[in-house]
Order: sequence, then structure tokens, then C-alpha cells
Amino acid sequence: MGKKYDAGVKEYRDVYWTPDYVPLDTDLLACFKVTPQEGVPHNEAAAAVAAESSTGTWSTVWSELLTDMEFYKGRAYRIEDVPGDSTCFYAFIAYPIDLFEEGSVVNVLTSLVGNVFGFKAIKALRLEDIRFPIAFVKTCLGPPSGIQVERDKLNKYGRPLLGCTIKPKLGLSAKNYGRAVYECLRGGLDLTKDDENINSQPFMRWRNRFEFVAAAVEKAQAETGEIKGHYLNVTANTPEEMYERAEFAKELGQPVIMHDFLTGGFTANSGLAKWCRDNGILLHIHRAMHAVIDRNPHHGIHFRVLAKCLRLSGGDHLHTGTVVGKLEGDRASTLGFVDQLRESFIPEDRKRGIFFDQDWGSMPGVFAVASGGIHVWHMPALVEIFGDDSILQFGGGTQGHPWGNAAGAAANRVALEACVKARNEGRELEREGRDILEGAAKHSPELAIAMETWKEIVFEFETVDKLDA
Amino acid sequence: MKSNAEMGDYRTAQTLETFSFLPPFSQEEVYAQINYMLSQGLTPSIEHEDPALVSSVYWPMWKLPFFGETDLGNVVAELEACHRAYPDHHVRLIGYDNYTQSQGVCFVAYRGKAA
Repeated sequence: MGKKYDAGVKEYRDVYWTPDYVPLDTDLLACFKVTPQEGVPHNEAAAAVAAESSTGTWSTVWSELLTDMEFYKGRAYRIEDVPGDSTCFYAFIAYPIDLFEEGSVVNVLTSLVGNVFGFKAIKALRLEDIRFPIAFVKTCLGPPSGIQVERDKLNKYGRPLLGCTIKPKLGLSAKNYGRAVYECLRGGLDLTKDDENINSQPFMRWRNRFEFVAAAVEKAQAETGEIKGHYLNVTANTPEEMYERAEFAKELGQPVIMHDFLTGGFTANSGLAKWCRDNGILLHIHRAMHAVIDRNPHHGIHFRVLAKCLRLSGGDHLHTGTVVGKLEGDRASTLGFVDQLRESFIPEDRKRGIFFDQDWGSMPGVFAVASGGIHVWHMPALVEIFGDDSILQFGGGTQGHPWGNAAGAAANRVALEACVKARNEGRELEREGRDILEGAAKHSPELAIAMETWKEIVFEFETVDKLDA
Repeated sequence: MKSNAEMGDYRTAQTLETFSFLPPFSQEEVYAQINYMLSQGLTPSIEHEDPALVSSVYWPMWKLPFFGETDLGNVVAELEACHRAYPDHHVRLIGYDNYTQSQGVCFVAYRGKAA
């Protein structure tokens, strides 16, 4: 026997607060940090978030009775205190898998971080984590190649890859830009990168850039005997233009292209990732705009969620911060989402900001990219923190070398290999870093000069977004 | 850098991927890498190639990968045997990881003579 229609405004918690609910393996689970308006009970605020991010609207409507709302509604099933912060609390919400289109992180985000973030009953709202059920993960294409395939294509094993962003980031002509690429690659880098805001500006149109970069990559490869690549940024104003650039990179025989996934958007990213998979081209992902979304500890989306969404949408590399350089990043939290990129199962671990077990099944892993404000003195810590499945990118730390890019690249390559060798010999990199680098510099004047150049630079500011503890 | 005269020139080198920017390894240094490989549960394997064909994807294998091998001495003996059989070839040591289906270690232990 059906319910009677009862018009009006009800308390959300009557319908959406279900503390006895046991989540299903197929449910998509989310943890929000909720800062309610004063006087709003926690379970009412949690229920409101569940309602507004799933089936609910502010008023009861008659057409609800045409469907089985009990089957489709999101449920707030648990609330917890946030350690050390009484202004907010964690709300755990379970969503039935049929609320979302298969394979679409776009659809998941539009629901979970859509209108609910402007909802008046809450002062601030932050999406801390999502547990994607394996049933949903299996519907996503994910990384076009992944770590294992990329290593085989590039023939790089047993160490992190080495890269750098070409500087100055704006203003070079295509031929001078290609020169900077060539010098870096012949000196020993594996990969170089377009800056995220290099698209097709008047000083360097994309087609000219692609041609000169291809010449640089080809020559460096022939001279060193090692496989090289440059991330050609195909981010553009329209999807059509983006694909035209990607096609030209393929025509030039280039191994890797690049996309700014947040400014370009998830729809563009998922489409480009599929194109890369179809065409055997690697995809580097930059995260410009992430700090707008993830830096405020009370409002927005934590980067671990954006990282998970990127792995589902598709990308072979993702910038994660460095922990040690000039950009924000708490160590435990960074390692938490680095695991989400690379591992196949990650257990809940609140000490690293991981709120749920996450099973990735057979989805390929994504290289973690550490880039920004790092130089040779950081190398021991970076190898220790990020391990082999990472790309370490030294922009200023390569091209700022007094002898130029090739020498800067060689200095970094020597330092990297010395650190990997020492680690394999059982030495402790962070404690013995100075010894290891000084030993290596005896055989490398390029490294000795680099160590002298950057000996006094440190970046020690407090992290703004810390783990709740 | 005060003058051009103090500035060094970087000469491009033909290199052989991991560890090729370090001076050639001593015997002890090679042994340390083999011990690391064995301690990580990787399967040692040996390949060799004529330096003229260095950029090919596949190098000929020396026998089969040494599945289940845990003894440093046995791996060293095979490495030396391969080098004696192909004295002018590059000889590389690989540690296969059957979980990741990748190579946890790969470096050239004997650098061959270019023709």
C-alpha cells in the first residue's frame, strides 16, 4: 500500500538520517566536513547534505510518489567529531550506485559537489573523500597506458623518471623553446614539459612549437641512445581544437601529450584520455586551479578526491606537490593520495586522511609528479618520499644551472642515480643525503656546481591545510 | 660564475639508462645491487647485446630468468659466464617483478666496446 501525498516542508532528518543503515558494497560513499549554521542540529545538517546531493529538494512534491524514493535516496548514516575543531563535523553519506551514469565522474561530481555547496543551512562544506565501489570503477576507462606500460614504452626501470618544465614559461619563440628542450634532454632528462599555461599564444603558435619540439626530441634521442619525450600541451578553448593538436602530435611521432584537467574540465579530460588510449599516446596531467578548490580546510574538495577522479577519468601522470619544495603539501596527506594514484587497494587510514577502503581492481596506476621549487639538494628526500613510480621535475633546478640546461640536467641525473644506488645499498637517504650527494659530485663537476648554486635555498612555511588531528 | 672561461661545456654522451651517469660499478657495487634485487624478491635475469644494436627493444637473454634463485654467488657466476661468452657485448642485469609485471631493477653491469 503506497503513501499518501502530504504537501509542505519536512525536516530532512525524517527521511535522510538513517543511523542504522549498513552501506552496501555497491554504494558510493562520501565523507563531507560540514560547518552548519548556528542552531542547526548535526544530524539535520548531515541529512540536508544527503538530500540536496541526491534526490531531495526543499519541498515535498507529488511526483516523488511515482517512484521508489527509498531505493534512490542518499542516506546520512554516520556523523563524527572533527578532531580539534568544534565548528564542524564529518558526515558520512551513502549513495546508491544507480544515481550515477556508468563511467562518468562528471555525473558523480555534479551530484556530490553541485547545488549542495551553496545550500543556506550550512556555512561551509568540504568533500573530504569518496569511496568509489569497484562496480563503478570497472565502468571507467582510467589511465590510457598506466605506469607499467609507460615504463616499457620508455625503457625506464628501477628509478623515478626525471623531467622539467621549460622556462621562461611564457614568451619564447618556438625555435628558441625547442633549443631549451633539446639541451635538457641531451643532458640526461627523460622528459620535458610545456608549462600549463602554454597553449597557442601570439609569441609561439602551437603548430610551430610542436614541430621544433619534435626535432629536439628526435635529435636528443639519436645522440644519447635513450628514449625521450616532451609533454605537448594540447589544452585548448574547444574540444575540436584540442583533438586537432593531439592528432598533430601523433603525426609527428611524439610519445606524450598533456592536459590541464581542471581548467579544461572532466568531460574534455575523459575524452582526451580515450583518444590517447586509442592512439597509444601517453597523457600527462597538470592540476592548475586545484588550490582554488582544495586549499581551504572548511570548504571545497580535498585534492585526494580530485586525484581519485582523475585516475578514473584518465591520465598517466598527475602533479601531486613535492612536500619539500615551494608549494603546499603535508607529507602524510600527500602520501595518502599518492597511494590512491598508484596502488590497487588502499585501506582506510585516518592518519593519512584516508576515510574509506578503496579497491581499484585492475585499473592501471598513475605516475605521481613532484614539480615546483625543487633542486638537487632535495633529491634524497624526494626519492625517499615518492619512490620509483614518480616523475621528479626540476624546472629552475635544471635551467638555472650556471652552465645551462644540459649541465643542469646531467647534475640532476647523477644525483638521482646516486640516490637510487644508495637506497638499494641499504643507506638511509634523508639522513645520509649530504654524504651521498657529495660523493657523487666527486665524479660530476655539473653536480658539484649545482650543489654550490642552490645550497642556501629553503622553503619552510607552515602548511595551511593540515590533516585534522 | 664570473667569466666565460669558468663556464664548463657539457658533452653529450651515449648512455645506457639507469646508473649510466655514474662511474662504472666495482664488483662490490654490482653485488650490492644483486643483493637488493634478491632481498626484494625479484627474479634475476641477464641479457646481452652488441653495442651497435643497443637501441633495440629486446636484447638476447642469457639462458632463462633465474626463477627462485636466492644465492648471490650463483647470480654472479652467470653474469661472469655471460660476459666471458660475449666479451664485447653490453651485459645487463634485470630484476623481474611478477606482481607489477615490470622490472624493479635494470642496469648495464658490463659496458661493451663500441665497434
